[in-house]
Amino acid sequence: MLPVNLAIFIPFIAAICIPFMYRRMSRLHLGWFVIAIPAIVFISLLPYIKPVANGETFTYIMNWIPSFDIHLLTYVDGLSVLFGLLITGIGILVTLYSIYYLSKEESLPHFYIYLLLFMGSMLGVVFSDHLIGLYVFWELTSISSFLLIAFWYHRKGSRYGAKKSLLITITGGFAMLIGFIMLHTITDSYSIREIISDVGTYTDHALFIPTMILILLGAFSKSAQFPFHIWLPDAMEAPTPVSAYLHSATMVKAGIYLVARLTPIFASEILWFYLVSGIGLLTLLWGSFTAIRQTDLKALLAYSTVSQLGLIMSLIGVGSLAYYVTDSTAVTLFTQAGFAAVFHLVNHSTFKGALFMVIGIVDFQVGTRDIRRLGGLVSLMPISFTIALIGSFSMAGLPPFNGFLSKEMFFSAMLHVQEANIFTSEALPVLFPVIAWVASLFTFIYCLIIVFKTFFGKIHVDEERIASEPKIGMLVSPAILAMAIVGIFFFPSGLQQNILVPAASSIYPGIDLSHLATPISWWHGWNTEIFMTLGLIVCGTLLYLGLKYFMNVYKLFPTHWSFDTLYNSGLDRLEKSAATVTNTYMTGYLRDYFRYIFIFLIVVTLGVFFYTGAFSFTLENDSPIHAFEWILTTVMIIAAIMILFAKSRLSAILFNGLLGFSIAMFFVLFRAPDLALTQLVIETVTTALFLLCFYFLPAWVGKETDRKLNIPNLIISLGVGATVVLTALSVHNGKLVDSISSFFENADELAGGQNIVNSILADFRAFDTMLEVVVLFIAGIGVYTLVKLKGKKEVDK
Amino acid sequence: MRINDVILQSVTKVVVFIIFTLAIYLFVSGHNNPGGGFVSGLILASAFCLLFLAYDTETIRKGIPIDFKVIAASGAFIVVACGLGSVLFGEAFLYQTFTTYTLPLFGETEFATVTIFETGVALAVVGVVVTIILSISEDV
Repeated sequence: MLPVNLAIFIPFIAAICIPFMYRRMSRLHLGWFVIAIPAIVFISLLPYIKPVANGETFTYIMNWIPSFDIHLLTYVDGLSVLFGLLITGIGILVTLYSIYYLSKEESLPHFYIYLLLFMGSMLGVVFSDHLIGLYVFWELTSISSFLLIAFWYHRKGSRYGAKKSLLITITGGFAMLIGFIMLHTITDSYSIREIISDVGTYTDHALFIPTMILILLGAFSKSAQFPFHIWLPDAMEAPTPVSAYLHSATMVKAGIYLVARLTPIFASEILWFYLVSGIGLLTLLWGSFTAIRQTDLKALLAYSTVSQLGLIMSLIGVGSLAYYVTDSTAVTLFTQAGFAAVFHLVNHSTFKGALFMVIGIVDFQVGTRDIRRLGGLVSLMPISFTIALIGSFSMAGLPPFNGFLSKEMFFSAMLHVQEANIFTSEALPVLFPVIAWVASLFTFIYCLIIVFKTFFGKIHVDEERIASEPKIGMLVSPAILAMAIVGIFFFPSGLQQNILVPAASSIYPGIDLSHLATPISWWHGWNTEIFMTLGLIVCGTLLYLGLKYFMNVYKLFPTHWSFDTLYNSGLDRLEKSAATVTNTYMTGYLRDYFRYIFIFLIVVTLGVFFYTGAFSFTLENDSPIHAFEWILTTVMIIAAIMILFAKSRLSAILFNGLLGFSIAMFFVLFRAPDLALTQLVIETVTTALFLLCFYFLPAWVGKETDRKLNIPNLIISLGVGATVVLTALSVHNGKLVDSISSFFENADELAGGQNIVNSILADFRAFDTMLEVVVLFIAGIGVYTLVKLKGKKEVDK
Repeated sequence: MRINDVILQSVTKVVVFIIFTLAIYLFVSGHNNPGGGFVSGLILASAFCLLFLAYDTETIRKGIPIDFKVIAASGAFIVVACGLGSVLFGEAFLYQTFTTYTLPLFGETEFATVTIFETGVALAVVGVVVTIILSISEDV
């Protein structure tokens, strides 16, 4: 079996290869190469299914920063296998679909590099057992999602949507990171598995509740839960394959994954149940309610995704009650809710993936996805219609589609909430099934809208574009998903035994789940659930027929009081106030900036040194000063004074260079050849650079005013000089800690190099050097873009 | 701006190779003696500076068609990849190792992964410095 941590790296490595491959194989669509990657990972995950279903788990470890206990720790169990197969399986279909969706004129290497980056990081999220590893991959998915939404970056909407999603998910991610670090502080472990096995030893810790809330913030913002859901509809500016993949099937489920994964840790606290199921139900209701009023089909699907995510979230919340109740029959009931969550998660990926792809086809063939301009496509696109019908009716919860099975389970879970006996008020447990039913009613209505407004009625499409079925390859992926929808309904047992029950057992480690093995059946007799479904069909159809009147309900909601407005005005105000603050001190004069820097240096250094009494030194232990050193010092002093009185910039630069070269001479005197060498070369290059830059500066005008004695500047410069001298003298004398140089003296044995300086730079403290190189590179690119972009803008004018 | 300084150009033709050789020497000797990737990168950059001064940027561009941005990026990439590479071998991030082989002609020679790291540093330095100088000077 392929170790899972290598499977995570395969997409990343492939992404690196793409730029090199692309030039070689320009005739073939790049997608045909990319499709192999999820296929390879998918196949390499298959051998895990059987052992994991039998209760085995696998861990792999790769060292990362062992001195901080940070590793790349991967863990394979039911839940991660489920997600891994989902990511790669849907990944194959989406890549196949994208081959027909994106023409070769598009910037394909970018698209597929981002897609592979996403695939790898998403696999990393679900297989990481280490909190920090999980966090890093988590943010990588946010970044790749940002890049993919902004794929058509020339559109304003794309840029807006990309920025919005990034700001919201990354903010949540930061909260989550703080939560993770707090969790580490509480439990003294980064491994989720270890934390779960130690459950009970830390639940009364003071930080436990804040940790829970911070982590939930991350999960909710990623999974577009109310009120963070506002980013998802705007993310629909992305190409449809991306919407189908990231924003319905996989990435938005990362939050659900995290909540499910951490349920064993937090579920003993009842607040976890209230937050997860409450927010979930609210999201479910609000998402489905808002979806009905949408006119853009993709926006409609986005809100429906929001509501379905809320549904799964609320199921996990109810499922977490299994940790709270003691009665064994109640435990059985609530574990079924957790199982239903996992089941619906898979079902949602199938029907929503299919729907997105079909809507993409409609958009692609007709040129619009506005339902006011669509209609009558059933005769023109019969295959797309069939797939849309299957997907929608599955989402609405009708037989014979898989959505029916999980929706029945959802109803029964909500009906059983009252059996937990945790509520003080009578009305609260009744609310759960009522909200569930009302939200499902809305779901039913918008499913009808998708099917009937698009495919029936009058043909609105412009005369010159006659819609037809797309190329057969484009239909393959949604058709496979549609077959899965029907297939799961009739034969759920294979999926149940091998994937779903092991996944549920990851949410409930240590709880007996043998009752989940009873095969899922679609008929349970005339129980409340089936009557709820029948009620849905009747009321939903009636409401759909009276949709015109129902739309008036939305007028009750003021349009300018929404979370979108809050986000926009918040961002706007933030930018404005930031600009106001910045403009007070950014004068545009270099000398002002130097003044700030130097005053800061003097105040902080001198202040701290005087406060701690660090200025204590004697000159007795200093070695005698030789004649040569005197000469060099005199030269430096003269050069420094001459800079002040230089007549032109050129001579000032040369005097400055003289100073630098004298410092190099000092390094030679004090036997630091490496430093001397570096200083010499740096001085040469910077002098050249200075000359180059000064070419662009305006001539020295107003010499008379400049030469006046500027008292504040004089004080500042004397202060800086005094600070540096005093610091240097005190550093030489004060010995707060023992010298660490003895460690570096073993450089030859430890690093194999006799040059200590370089051993420190490239081996002992290589991390610093690495980051310095990266910073240097960023600075270089920064200069380049500043200079080049400035030039471009002037041309534009 | 065409410059035609014959003496400078003739001297440059010879001196540049001496500087290049010095840079390579310093790079290799950095392991046990003064030198190293950073310095050799800087020296390479200064050699390019000299070329740009003696001739003009256009001529040098034609003679040495290298995109220094790419050089800088690949340098930064090598440095980071060097860190990740050790993870793939099951060691800590940025772990370095060395070994000695006996080669014909050279005798016992030491090989260290630090060399790869230093190559990255040198490439990044030369790339960035030349990129900065070129972009500022082309802005005339």
